[in-house]
Amino acid sequence: MAQQQNKLKLYSYWRSSCSCRIRMALNLKSLEYQYIPVNLLKGEQFSPEFQKLNPIGYVPVLVDGDVVISDSFAIFMYLEEKYPQIPLFPSDIAKKALNIQAANIVCSSIQPLQNATVLKYIEAKVGPDERIPWAKFHIEKGFEALEKLLKDRAGRYATGDEVSMADVFLAPQLHYGTKRFNVDMAKFPLLTRLNGAYSELSEFRKAMPENQPDAPLA
Amino acid sequence: MAAKDSPKLGLYSYWQSSCSWRVRFALNLKGISYEYKAVNLLKGEQFTPEFEKLNPLHFVPVLADGDVFISDSYAILMYLEEKYPRRPLLPSLLPSNPQHKALNLQVASIVSSSIQPLHMLSTSKYLGEKVGPQEQLLFAQTNVEKGFHALEKLLKNIVGKYATGDEVYMADVFMAHQIAMATERFKIDMSKFPSLSRIYESLKAIPEFLESSPEEQPDAVK
Repeated sequence: MAQQQNKLKLYSYWRSSCSCRIRMALNLKSLEYQYIPVNLLKGEQFSPEFQKLNPIGYVPVLVDGDVVISDSFAIFMYLEEKYPQIPLFPSDIAKKALNIQAANIVCSSIQPLQNATVLKYIEAKVGPDERIPWAKFHIEKGFEALEKLLKDRAGRYATGDEVSMADVFLAPQLHYGTKRFNVDMAKFPLLTRLNGAYSELSEFRKAMPENQPDAPLA
Repeated sequence: MAAKDSPKLGLYSYWQSSCSWRVRFALNLKGISYEYKAVNLLKGEQFTPEFEKLNPLHFVPVLADGDVFISDSYAILMYLEEKYPRRPLLPSLLPSNPQHKALNLQVASIVSSSIQPLHMLSTSKYLGEKVGPQEQLLFAQTNVEKGFHALEKLLKNIVGKYATGDEVYMADVFMAHQIAMATERFKIDMSKFPSLSRIYESLKAIPEFLESSPEEQPDAVK
């Protein structure tokens, strides 16, 4: 079992849902880390120091001694392999695939289509009134797929009775991308139930944007 | 080329689908035979009740392995890596190169999350209707170029014959079709991306890649 020899460092922005995924994963695996804020609004991702870590300028970035890893999916897989205690994947290979599929519905079919850059584009090219309907359309499409996919496979959590990858990727999306885009959660009873279950977990609460060191004071 | 088993896997695929292309390439690299099951996206075959049972998102590809059905190209590829470990597509996590595996996953994410969703059929159609065909193309080109700039920066100091060295890995599986489409469909000027151009020249020569290309599929329209 890999011991945590160096303290992990996580470059994160309080509101970044991709950063939130990794904050949750680290908490669930009981891995301590140093939180290093990167203010995306102030353009700190373009500083020379940060560009050395991640030339693409995205958060989150994980630093583990000499190892630097970007992209929430890649970081998640690295943590699973390097720190296998408290696994976040089921051992059954088909169930593992289900987790990756659910996570990817969030990463590829929802989040990239409703992130700030795309919404700004839609607002500029189509009109300010199109912004929320566009985001709502893509989120609800992804949520419909998740409801169908997980309907017969969910337990206490998304794919069973243990918290796993699907939950780690779902929770930030459910936390963020619902009220502000007028998503009708009444259509998604399973996701609503899961959201409730997540809010009871201290590891999830501690990872939420409003609880981060760089969150603006209320 | 590795010897192939008799087909026991099925792949639901559409000839022009870039996500299906990824999986076809990976199956060829691993020397795994499969039965090609065409799903005609233009005719709406992805919306039949039978197909919806396989993938509620109505996307191809879907892998059928006995009574296990797996959707989403990334999930399929990770499943294949674990179930059929021959000819691995991910380097091992080694002390000598601890970031190599993660880098491959990062490239895969950039393609599957930051590039492909922004130019896939359903997104394109919506933009075409709301804004117009010119803007539809411009949006696709902008996002492909943005992603390619990111990949160029990321791989610049690592690229060898292929994306992350001298072996074909997951990064190449995701990039190959993306670069092919960028040039053919979106007319991207690849001279802006010297590392990616170099990688693509190497990938174009691989028989497993050529055999996986859209024109070679049973449902290709000539």
